[in-house]
Amino acid sequence: MARLNLILLAMVLISALAVVSTNHRARKLVIEYEREQERMRALEVEWGQLQLEQSTWATHARIEEIARQRLGMHPPKPNQIITTAP
Amino acid sequence: MKLSRSPLLDERLPAWRAHFVLGLLLAGSLALVGRSFYLQGVNKEFLIGKGESRYERVIEMPATRGRILDRHGDALAVSTPVKSVWAIPEDAKLSPAQTRQLSKLLDTDARELTRKLASSRDFVFLKRQIAPDVAARVTELKLPGVHFQNEYRRYYPAAEVTAHMLGFTGAEDVGQEGIELALNGQLTGKPGSRRVIKDRRGQIVEDVESIHVPQEGKDVALALDAKLQYLAYSELKRSITEHKAKAGGIVMLDAKTGEVLALANLPTYNPNNRSRLSGAQLRNRAFTDTFEPGSTFKPFTVALALDKGNVRFDTPIQTAPGKLSIGPATISDAHPHGVLSVAQVIQKSSNVGAAKMALGIPAEDMWGMFDNLGFGQPLKLGFPGEAAGRLRPWKRWRPIEQATMSYGHGIAVTLIQLARAYQAFARDGDLLPLSLTRVETAPTVGARVFSAQTAREVRAMLEMAVQPGGTAPKAQVPGYRVAGKTGTAHKLEGGSYANKYVSSFVGFAPASDPRLIVAVMIDEPTAGKYYGGEVAAPVFSNVMAGSLRALGIPPDDSPRPLQMANVEPAKEEM
Repeated sequence: MARLNLILLAMVLISALAVVSTNHRARKLVIEYEREQERMRALEVEWGQLQLEQSTWATHARIEEIARQRLGMHPPKPNQIITTAP
Repeated sequence: MKLSRSPLLDERLPAWRAHFVLGLLLAGSLALVGRSFYLQGVNKEFLIGKGESRYERVIEMPATRGRILDRHGDALAVSTPVKSVWAIPEDAKLSPAQTRQLSKLLDTDARELTRKLASSRDFVFLKRQIAPDVAARVTELKLPGVHFQNEYRRYYPAAEVTAHMLGFTGAEDVGQEGIELALNGQLTGKPGSRRVIKDRRGQIVEDVESIHVPQEGKDVALALDAKLQYLAYSELKRSITEHKAKAGGIVMLDAKTGEVLALANLPTYNPNNRSRLSGAQLRNRAFTDTFEPGSTFKPFTVALALDKGNVRFDTPIQTAPGKLSIGPATISDAHPHGVLSVAQVIQKSSNVGAAKMALGIPAEDMWGMFDNLGFGQPLKLGFPGEAAGRLRPWKRWRPIEQATMSYGHGIAVTLIQLARAYQAFARDGDLLPLSLTRVETAPTVGARVFSAQTAREVRAMLEMAVQPGGTAPKAQVPGYRVAGKTGTAHKLEGGSYANKYVSSFVGFAPASDPRLIVAVMIDEPTAGKYYGGEVAAPVFSNVMAGSLRALGIPPDDSPRPLQMANVEPAKEEM
């Protein structure tokens, strides 16, 4: 009888310790998960800012100015356009 | 004396004393039971709440406002998080050196900063909406009493070019104008919150529950084409500068789908910097301002007369001597023409010719046509301040009014209404509903106004109007067949016509299979020229040429010399 009790006691102890360590590991994973989520949000913000930057650089007004002033380009005259049938 | 025999023990104690102690003990244990019952049963919720508040936290989860994209997915409006710096003046005791550092980072005056920090209020904003990297550098200064607040700011990369179309949002990220207001419901996100357990170091260690799942705002893809929009805006701007005009508007529609491809007004504003705004800049004229359309209305009159079988393409109409008296009033052509065919009435833009045709049509039918074309009622696109225009009920029309309406006077429309009505000619007599957002599958047939035969005939007449001998040869686009109509109207001021003009042109191309409709309106050109064919038609031509090329629409006409010798353009009517 006493032996059985001892075995059960040991099992309860082991189980309790396992619960503690599992909980600890779970918390660590949650922390890691939260950190990654935070990183995702930061990257999303950065992406939005980069998009903004891209569309600011790609403003048609700016493109036209560079094409005309710096590259000396101009729209083709009608007689310079050759249309090919599809 | 034996110790075991104490005389004290011989005294008999009164029985009540034992009972009294017993009673006290019993009462004590009852109190304990009662207290534990109170804590575990009655007051449980409160205590659990208190306990949880020691380690549980509710975290707000922000939701971003959706982006506005053009039809090709280019960003036109984007929200990005920024920080606002605020301080509790009482806590923020900064050394002069710290103040200088802070003012340098925030790009504000140091004295202004000192003044704010010396104020007696509990809360002052030091600077609103600064970039996150600047905020990070301010954090590094570790200033006492200086805090940050997360906010969103909306940026419009195309600035002035798309200002009226997109509108803007207010301080609380709620749409206040344009698309931002019209589609606010879709764009707005719903912030959420969730309950978590935090440990001693402030890290989240357990996710308890999500209270509200945050809903990100949805992106909206507009029908707008950023390239065409820029083209329309810059050509309009050039024309307004050249003709020293007060204002102007331009609308471009896709004739096949009813999508609004471009819409610009001048004067405009920069939505990214709205510190100084006037009402004139804010007005989305194409939607909110009505004007008397003038001759651009004649094709509708002619189409109705054709549709009813009153006239044919080549029916001769006597317009000599260039005057027509109706009751006490007289309608006149600025340049008398003699006998004109119906087609030539459009080509030469004769008021008398249009009025004569209108007088053969019952007022009710004419009103019905205008109503079918969408005049006199707002478009209901959800745009703020959409004007209905002015179309009086037909029962109160006098014959002179019906006659003047035939050439676009005594009636008021918005530019976008006019552009939409021209769909009837660009398509085969039917109208599609307009759409501000991209249309995936457009209906093939809309609400019919004219028969297909009539639409084709009017299209041919409108083509004549831009050819040599018409009123608007300057609307031509090399390589393409173009059709359209000029309009030049005196402006009404205080009930009488002033010596100010509204020049307009509405047209479409390629005429063999119309794809684009462009309507241009220039308000009060003051540099000498004011005829629609001189002021508005060149804008149409440039915008149309650029757009047709940008969209890769094949030319339907062989290139011909740009200027024909010895052919005088027809003089235009008012």
